[in-house]
Amino acid sequence: MPEAVMDAAITLTDLKKSFDGGKDFVLKGIDLSIPRGKITVIIGFSGTGKSVLLKHILGLIQPTSGSIKVLGQELSRMSDKDLIRFRTNLGVLFQYAALFDDMSAIENVCFPLREHRRSLPSKEVLEIAERKLIASGLESKHFHKLPSEMSGGMRKRVGLARALALDPEILLYDEPTTGLDPILTEMVDNLIEQTHQMHEGSTSVVVSHDLFAAFRIAHHIVMLDKGKVLLQGTQDVFLNSNHELVQRFLDKGLRRK
Amino acid sequence: MINTWMQKRQQVNQALDDFILVVGLYVVNFVTNTGRAFTFFFQSAPLIFTKPFRFDEVIKHMEFVGNKSVLIICLTGAFTGLALSYQIYLGFLLVNATNLVGPTVALGITRELAPVLTGLIVAARAGGAMAARLGTMRVTEQIDALEVMGVNPQQYLVAPRILASLLTMPLLCGVFDFIAMMGSHFLCINVLGLDAAIFWDRIEQWIDPGDINEGLIKATIFGVVFSAICTSRGYNAKGGAKGVGEATNQGVVNSMVMIIVMNYFITNFVRLFYLVTE
Repeated sequence: MPEAVMDAAITLTDLKKSFDGGKDFVLKGIDLSIPRGKITVIIGFSGTGKSVLLKHILGLIQPTSGSIKVLGQELSRMSDKDLIRFRTNLGVLFQYAALFDDMSAIENVCFPLREHRRSLPSKEVLEIAERKLIASGLESKHFHKLPSEMSGGMRKRVGLARALALDPEILLYDEPTTGLDPILTEMVDNLIEQTHQMHEGSTSVVVSHDLFAAFRIAHHIVMLDKGKVLLQGTQDVFLNSNHELVQRFLDKGLRRK
Repeated sequence: MINTWMQKRQQVNQALDDFILVVGLYVVNFVTNTGRAFTFFFQSAPLIFTKPFRFDEVIKHMEFVGNKSVLIICLTGAFTGLALSYQIYLGFLLVNATNLVGPTVALGITRELAPVLTGLIVAARAGGAMAARLGTMRVTEQIDALEVMGVNPQQYLVAPRILASLLTMPLLCGVFDFIAMMGSHFLCINVLGLDAAIFWDRIEQWIDPGDINEGLIKATIFGVVFSAICTSRGYNAKGGAKGVGEATNQGVVNSMVMIIVMNYFITNFVRLFYLVTE
């Protein structure tokens, strides 16, 4: 039995999703195990259902059929209230960071702590937030800046610090390098790697179409195509694959590099 | 000749069909959106009473809805009082009944104009801002971020706005009443030369606390109506900046139409209530 199946943080079984009452399926029966404690990168061309899959893992979308188990719990059977509570186990870095634009960097990081660690004194909340921001690589002189006053890279760092605020077991990254220049892309990749190393035992799931990020940081790669898992495994599995689409994806990625 | 006549008739029929279709679509959209807003309201309103209570948010939104609307309410109230008093004075002068200007103005202001105009002004100012704010939060994934952080967005974003509007609107309506009557007093006594004692004596004689309460109750309902419609439109906005613009526009327009339509029905309901209880 493969290691991923034996100790999976997230297990999807025959996951199907249709937005038009069953005429057309975006996800057409996904069977997938995301290994615990590893970095998994989900890649694929645009429109293959990567973001929809991520929203299912977060419980933001209910599947048409199939099962989603996150940390051993079936999401589709959870009540809204339980789901909201359960999501504190997950941290998400959104594509454009999704920072609250009326709050400064440090207030953004304090927010989840104030919501879920109500017994913590205000001073301690601030100390934790500062630690998370420093760990994410943000200099203290930027702590009190609003998102509109920060660069894309700084916003990503704050978004990551906010995602880490509650020390989640699973960290999810939605297209973290989209729209960034090559230097920032490398910075974000390093950040993902460093964060994973710092939070021992945590599981990271990166949804991306950036093949090089996948090859640089991933322990496990999943390729989606037309709403199905085309191939999953280590980098070697991909490099040795004879599948035409995988070869095309690799060729295009390598040529771009 | 007959062919030309037939063609023209077809064109007229087509134009009529198009007109009915456009009006029908507008009505269907309006009813659908209003229905959605009410469903949204009934989902969000109970969250006011669930923990964690968000007093800070309620106060913040009360400050925005109430405090920042006071100046425009005062301005509108003063000029409404002045204009209404002058028109009623001119009308009553014809039948030599100028001593009834005060109570007539007071009735019109407290029962109808104060709640309706307060509702329309605040819906345009604060309601529009609510729809735009929530719409922007939706399209920039800030609402999704709240959800994945384990925070109920409706409880954090919507419930405090509805409660703040509900609490603030009667206060603003009271301010409108007061300022409009001051305007009326100024015009009638200082400009038109009516007797101040008679002016206020007649108002005391003809106006019940029930008349003022009617306006305050209407304003409270209008507060719920515009906040529910505007937050619903903003919360469910789709499609980037264009979507936010559409949500804001529809939120404000639907709120204004609903306030005017509901005002008529509330007026009838209140009259019926007084008839039954008296």
